[in-house]
Amino acid sequence: MKNYEVTFIVDSVLSSEEIKATAQTYADLLRQKGCNIVHVDEMGLRQMAYPINRRNSGVYFCIEFETLTGDLITEFELALRRDERIMRFLTVKLDKYGVKYNADKRNGLIGKIKKKEKVERGDFNDRGSRPRYNAPSAPAAPAAPADDQA
Amino acid sequence: MPTKDEIKFLSNPKIGQKRSKYCRFRRFGIRYIDYKDADFLLQFVNEQGKILPRRITGNSLKYQRKVSEAVKKARQLALLPYVTDLLK
Repeated sequence: MKNYEVTFIVDSVLSSEEIKATAQTYADLLRQKGCNIVHVDEMGLRQMAYPINRRNSGVYFCIEFETLTGDLITEFELALRRDERIMRFLTVKLDKYGVKYNADKRNGLIGKIKKKEKVERGDFNDRGSRPRYNAPSAPAAPAAPADDQA
Repeated sequence: MPTKDEIKFLSNPKIGQKRSKYCRFRRFGIRYIDYKDADFLLQFVNEQGKILPRRITGNSLKYQRKVSEAVKKARQLALLPYVTDLLK
């Protein structure tokens, strides 16, 4: 059983029913060809790192499936390429570590990266938090008797 | 003359020595690098979006190649930019 994963970006200007329908047609197309669909992940509307077809955001979908032979991949990709609602796609063959990673991710065993909080350091010249030193107002030194020693 | 064990320092004499570099994938047993995880891949990319060399990140050759492949796939899917400024 060969495991594959296809990630594709659907145009975000379509209505949400059309977007869901697009993903559904491809899932059904795979089922018709006899693939076992492991998971359909809707990654949702995301900002893209650079504009594609003059659009800055798109709806990402990821379908993980397994088949016996890899023949249908070419036809599947051809269908994706012909569809105008799909801006970009990428098909990847998963090795056993990839399959295990995806299964663990679905079961919640893989945590997210925690971003290190940048510590806001104040100005080094700012000493406002320290209590100010006040010199005693009255001169405390008594007048010393002048010892004239010649 | 005091023996080596008897000498005490005010600060750790090992301070400022080289920290040993290691490949984080081999150390923690990570065998697969997901191209869809842009936040994770940002660690291996500089502020301009370029892939960092492995003498900086400490990766072994095998995993550096996997990282590089994952970053290129992420770039194709617009999860990471090809060229930019002020990425981080």
